[in-house]
Amino acid sequence: MKKVFSRPKSLIDRQTHFCPGCTHGTAHRLVADAIDHFGVQEETIGVSGVGCAVFMYDYFAIDAIEAPHGRAPAVATGIKRVHPKKIVFTYQGDGDLASIGTAETIHTANRGENITIIFINNTVYGMTGGQMAPTTLLGQQTTTTPYGRNFQNDGYPIRMAEMLATLEGVAYSTRVSMHNAKEVLKAKKAVRRAFQMQIEGMGLTFVELLSACHTNWRVKPLEGQKRVEEELIPYFPLGVFKERKGKDFL
Amino acid sequence: MTEKILLKGNIALAKGAIAAGCRYYFGYPITPQNDIPEYLSAELPKIGGTFIQAESEIASINMVLGASASGVRAMTSSSGPGISLMQEGMSYMAGSELPGLVVNVMRVGPGLGGIAPTQGDYFQATRGGGHGDYFNIVLAPASVQEMFDLAIKAFELSDKYRNPAMILCDAILGQMKEPVVLEETKTVIPPLKPWALTGSKGRKPQFLKTLYLSDGEQEAHNLELKEKYDRLREEDVLFETKGLDDSEMFIVAFGTVSRIAKTAIQMAKREGIRVGMIRPITLFPFPTEVIRETAKKTPRVLVVEMNTGQMLQDVKLSIENSVKLRFYGRPGGGIPTPEDMLREIRVMFNEEGF
Ligand SMILES: Cc1ncc(C[n+]2csc(CCOP(=O)(O)OP(=O)(O)O)c2C)c(N)n1
Ligand code: SF4
Ligand SMILES: [Mg+2]
Repeated sequence: MKKVFSRPKSLIDRQTHFCPGCTHGTAHRLVADAIDHFGVQEETIGVSGVGCAVFMYDYFAIDAIEAPHGRAPAVATGIKRVHPKKIVFTYQGDGDLASIGTAETIHTANRGENITIIFINNTVYGMTGGQMAPTTLLGQQTTTTPYGRNFQNDGYPIRMAEMLATLEGVAYSTRVSMHNAKEVLKAKKAVRRAFQMQIEGMGLTFVELLSACHTNWRVKPLEGQKRVEEELIPYFPLGVFKERKGKDFL
Repeated sequence: MTEKILLKGNIALAKGAIAAGCRYYFGYPITPQNDIPEYLSAELPKIGGTFIQAESEIASINMVLGASASGVRAMTSSSGPGISLMQEGMSYMAGSELPGLVVNVMRVGPGLGGIAPTQGDYFQATRGGGHGDYFNIVLAPASVQEMFDLAIKAFELSDKYRNPAMILCDAILGQMKEPVVLEETKTVIPPLKPWALTGSKGRKPQFLKTLYLSDGEQEAHNLELKEKYDRLREEDVLFETKGLDDSEMFIVAFGTVSRIAKTAIQMAKREGIRVGMIRPITLFPFPTEVIRETAKKTPRVLVVEMNTGQMLQDVKLSIENSVKLRFYGRPGGGIPTPEDMLREIRVMFNEEGF
């Protein structure tokens, strides 16, 4: 089997608290890879949302802060305005970014803050035990949609990458997946691209990573990856929804 | 520069923040404090600062949190409804031990209320206000001069204790104009903050957090915070006293009310009643000690507030049960007049016959 990557240097060598096989771990590696690739470990400040990935500072060998639930983009705004030359990124789940923090997400994007947002869409609230997320698919059972998500009661799953692509402040908006090695490689490129564009001062970069939360989906890890491919991708298509080619700001 | 200039309270406060070296302001409009963001939106860009009109007060306070975590002096200002939205962020700032200034030019409530002057947010300000076991440093100016001076003081205390500070004032102080002496403003260089997030160049990575899950960790953190609050109570209580030495009773009042009380005290003096005053300047830490000691000598206290009795609770906690205590309050935009206070003084005088 092809080794996709070894442990990046900006990841601390320690066991994570993630459920075995959780793609949060993969996403951490992708971010750390980009940090290493651009040699910016000592220039980077990370902001974690509240969710399964709240412990960013335990895993990344970088300066980091924990934001209140949903507020990571506002916290990152404050940091980036003080340190415009540093690399600032947020790492947020779907509950964090697309529910409680929707206003902060949209307005940070709309201001074109020169930061990178890493968005983990696993269609549930992982940390709190698998409740409905704004991205939960129609019909999907969660602990608060025991009969399946029903649009008449719960509305529809939000496509964040597409929505943010409509904003002038956004330089790059893409959706990638991590359900197999090939997709992970593509995701790696996307995360690198986002960091590169931040380094070039192009505006807000947004990478949505389709992720599996097999624990709360109540399936085996491999079935989780299969669900991403067969159920998530048809509703959340992969692709680049916006990519600024130069600093062609209005 | 010792020349006096005529300034509106809100502007004096904004100038005080700049004098303190604050170059980062994040806020969302609300009356009666709009002069502060309006003024800073014009001034900060001229001096290399940053002004952002945030999408909400939730975003404002979190931008302050982020800027503060990055090592600079940062602030926001608002009123009632907006301050309520900031409580989450302030709790996180207290938890991750981040300084920062929040100005509350109070308006009446609950709810949308109105823009009339009040002191109705005393509890919210002095009890922490958000979730968890913490306090804000709270300063209450009583003049336009103090709007300037205490803005600087608030940043100093906030940095000293790595804890959010609040200026609590009412619309009268925000809107009125008075002559002010501005200190030499160019020299304040905010302190270096080795704990700040700057990228880990040349040192180990560091982080700021509020989540403590392992056994006893959170309790230890809370006890550390408590030590800080105890130190504040010991080292940084601010108050003003007036005519306590030969008084027969004394008033406790803060902010605008203390100004009105001074007139009432003079009127009482003409009637032969000697009334002193203690004006808390720090509402947290509260000047418990001086009130306790004064009440031992002069066991008659009149508390006057523009609310239904909030600081009253702190005065009660400061004195013995045997002390004669009277409260006069006007909530919802009512302003106590000197005549109102004189009437209350007379009632105490006649009841006690001192
Ligand atoms: C104000 C507030 N409300 C609720 C919570 C509880 N809470 C913690 S994480 C979370 C949702 C996490 O879901 P998501 O953002 O999708 O992250 P995941 O764990 O799935 O990666 C919730 C509701 C909180 N911490 N703060
Ligand atoms: S609960 Fe889900 S998202 Fe959280 S660590 Fe486990 S698998 Fe990952
Ligand atoms: Mg989630």
